[in-house]
Amino acid sequence: MASEQPSVPAKAKLWNRPGFRALVFQVLLVAVLLYFGLTILGNTLHNLEQRGISTGFGFLNNEAGFGIVMSLIEFNESHTFGRTFLVGLLNTVLVSFLGIILATILGFLIGVARLSRNWIVSRLAAVYIETFRNIPLLLQILFWYFAVLAQLPRPKQSMTIGETVFLNNRGLYMGAPVPEAGFWLTAIAFAIGIVATIFIARWAHKRQDTTGQQFHTVWAGVGLIIGLPAIVFLLSGTPLAWDLPVLKGFNFKGGMVIIPEWAALLLALSIYTASFIAEIVRSGILSVSHGQTEAAHALGLRNAPTLRLIIIPQAMRVIIPQLTSQYLNLTKNSSLATAVGYPDLVAVFAGTTLNQTGQAVEVIAMTMGVYLTLSLLISFYMNWYNKRKQLVER
Amino acid sequence: MSKFVPQPDLPAPITNVGVIGWFRRNLFPSPLDAAMTLAALYFLYLYVPPLLDWAIFSADWFGDSRDACTSGGACWVFVSVRFKQFMVGLYPDAEVWRVSVAAGLFVALMIPMFIKGFKHKAYLGAFILFGFPFIAFILFSGGSFGLELVETNMWGGLFLTLVLSFVGIVAALPLGILLALGRRSNMPIVKSVCVVFIEFWRGVPLITVLFMSSVMLPLFLPEGMNFDKLLRAMIGIVLFQSAYMAEVVRSGLQAIPKGQYEAAKALGLSYWESMGLIILPQALKLVIPGIVNTFIALFKDTTLVLIIGLFDLLSMIQSASQDAKWLGFEIEGYVFAALIFWIFCFGMSRYSMSLERKLETSHARN
Repeated sequence: MASEQPSVPAKAKLWNRPGFRALVFQVLLVAVLLYFGLTILGNTLHNLEQRGISTGFGFLNNEAGFGIVMSLIEFNESHTFGRTFLVGLLNTVLVSFLGIILATILGFLIGVARLSRNWIVSRLAAVYIETFRNIPLLLQILFWYFAVLAQLPRPKQSMTIGETVFLNNRGLYMGAPVPEAGFWLTAIAFAIGIVATIFIARWAHKRQDTTGQQFHTVWAGVGLIIGLPAIVFLLSGTPLAWDLPVLKGFNFKGGMVIIPEWAALLLALSIYTASFIAEIVRSGILSVSHGQTEAAHALGLRNAPTLRLIIIPQAMRVIIPQLTSQYLNLTKNSSLATAVGYPDLVAVFAGTTLNQTGQAVEVIAMTMGVYLTLSLLISFYMNWYNKRKQLVER
Repeated sequence: MSKFVPQPDLPAPITNVGVIGWFRRNLFPSPLDAAMTLAALYFLYLYVPPLLDWAIFSADWFGDSRDACTSGGACWVFVSVRFKQFMVGLYPDAEVWRVSVAAGLFVALMIPMFIKGFKHKAYLGAFILFGFPFIAFILFSGGSFGLELVETNMWGGLFLTLVLSFVGIVAALPLGILLALGRRSNMPIVKSVCVVFIEFWRGVPLITVLFMSSVMLPLFLPEGMNFDKLLRAMIGIVLFQSAYMAEVVRSGLQAIPKGQYEAAKALGLSYWESMGLIILPQALKLVIPGIVNTFIALFKDTTLVLIIGLFDLLSMIQSASQDAKWLGFEIEGYVFAALIFWIFCFGMSRYSMSLERKLETSHARN
C-alpha cells in the first residue's frame, strides 16, 4: 500500500489552491479599490466643474489678501497663498517643538514625583496626572484662552515689570533685541562655544572610558556656551539695543509680543501631554528591577546618581517607544490651534486659505501631507534614537 | 547552668510605628523631604481653601437669572438654567423622554455586565454593541413607530457627545478587526493596502479628518446626493478610529501563541473559521482594556466637532458663555464641562484598569 502512495499529491481543484485563491482575492480587492477611486475621482471632477472651481496648485501663486497675526517670516496682505502655507507650517513646527520640550521636562518631573517616597508629593503628582489627562485637550485650550488669558487687564491697565515688560489681554510685550554693528562677534563666540562643547564632551567620554576619570562637561559647557559669548559681548562694547514696546492708542507698538493664542495653546498642549508622559516615565522606572537599585546602593551610589546613572538609562528603553507616540500626538494635537485662532497650518491654510480659494481637495491634501511627513520624521528620528539606546545583546 | 530565658520582645520604638512612624516614613524621611512636604502643604493652604470657597461655600446655586449671582463665588445658576441644553442640545422639550429612555435602557443593559455570576455576558455585550444602537437610533431620530421626526441638527450637548463616541467605537470595531487581520495577512497586496490605510489615518490629526469630511466628502459624492452634517462627521470619525482600533486588535492577535493558529489549521478549519472560533475570541478578550482606552481617547476627541459646527457638550457651553445675558461666566461653564468629562473618563479608566487586573493571568512582577 505504501508504495502506491503517489509521490506527487493529487492535483487539488484550482479553486482550492491557496495560491490561486490569494491571487483572486487580491485581484478583486485591487479592482474594487480602483473602481471606488475612479468613481470618487469622477464625481469630484464633475462636482468641481459644476461649481466652477479650477483644479491644480496654481492658486498658490495668487495674492492672499489677508494678514496673519503671528508669523516667523515676513508676511503681509500682498504675499501669496503659497506663503500662507509656509507661515502656517512654521507656526505649527514652532509650537510643536516647544511643546515637546516643555512636556518632556514637566512629564519627567511629575513622573519622578509620582514615585517619590514623600506621600504628599506623590499624591499631588497623582492628582495632576488624573486631572489633566481626563479632560479633553480642546476644553483645556479654551479654558486657558477664554477663562484665564482673556481675563487679563486691558492694554491701558497692563501689568508691568519696570516699564519694559507688559502683560495684558493682547499678549506679553517685551523689548526686542536689535543687534548693532559688531554683534556678529558675539554670535560667532556662541557658535564656537557650542562646537567646543561637543568636542569636549567627546574627549571627556573617551577619557572616562579609558581611564575612568570624570570631567565636568556640564560646567565646561555652560562656561563656553554662555560665558564666552558674554565676555565677547562685553569686550566688544555691548553692541545690542532694545526696541521697547510703547503704548500707542489702544495697543502697544514695537518690541516682541507673545500672543495669548500661542500661550494658551502651548500651555494646554504641554500640560496635557505631560500628564501622559508622567505615567509613561513612572511605568518605565517601575519596569526596572528593584535589584538594580539595591546593587547601585551596595556599590555606594546615593539616590540621585542611582536614578540618573542606573535607573533612568534602563527605563529609557521602555519609555522611548511610548514617548514617540506622545510626541506624535502632541504634533497632531497642535492643530487644535484653530479653535482659538493661533495661526497654525490648519487655521491659516485649511481654514482661511480654503475658504478664500475653495480649493478643498488640494488644500486638505497638502495639510494632511504635512502632518504625515512630520509624523514620519518624528518616528524615524525616535526609532533611530531608540536603536541607539536598545540593550546590546549578543 | 541556668537555662537561657529570652526576654520578651520590646515594642518597636514609638517613633517608628503608628501615626508618628507613618509621618516620619512618608513625610519627613530627610531634610529635603521635610522641605518638600512643607512647601506642598503651603501650596495646598494657599490654593485649596479659596478654591473650595469659590466652588462651594460662597457659590450661588439657586435662581433663574444672573441677578441671583451676587455672592462673588461661582455662579452655578448659569449651569442649572442651561442644564437641558448642555445635556441634549436643542432637542425638543416634549421629546426629551426618548433620550432618557435610551439612556435608561443602556444603563439597565450595562448592569448585568458588572454582575459576577451572570452567564450570558458575551451575548449581552454583542447586543449592546450591535443591537442597541438600532433601538437608540429609532428612538432618537423618530420618523417611525409614531415617533415624531427629530432632525439631527437638533441633537446636541452631552447626548451628541455620547452618540458620536459610541457610534465611533461600535462601527470602528468590525472595520478595525478586518484591517488588523488584513495587516497580518500573507497576501502582499491586502497587507500593503491595510498598512497604508492604517498609517495614513494614524498620521493625520482628527481635525483635518473632520475638515475633510465636511468639505471634501460632498465633492466625492455623485451630484444630488448629500449626507447630513452629523453623518459626515461620523464617517470621518469612524474611518479615523478604525485605524486605531486595528492597531489595538493587532496587538491582541500578536499575543496569541502560534500554536493556536497551527492547532486550528491542523483541525482543518478554514481561515475564517479559525479566526472566528479560535483566534479572535481569545484576542478580543485580551484587548478589552485597550478598546476601553481607545474609547476614552475618542470620547475626549469628539469635542473637536465644535470646530466644524456641531453642538456637542463643549460647543453648547462655549456658545452659552458667549450669550450676552450670561457674559463673564466662562469659568463656571468650563469647570462644569471638565467635571463631566472627568467623571466619564476617570470612571472608564478605572474600569479598564480593573479589567486588566482581572484578565492578567501571568504572575505579577514585583
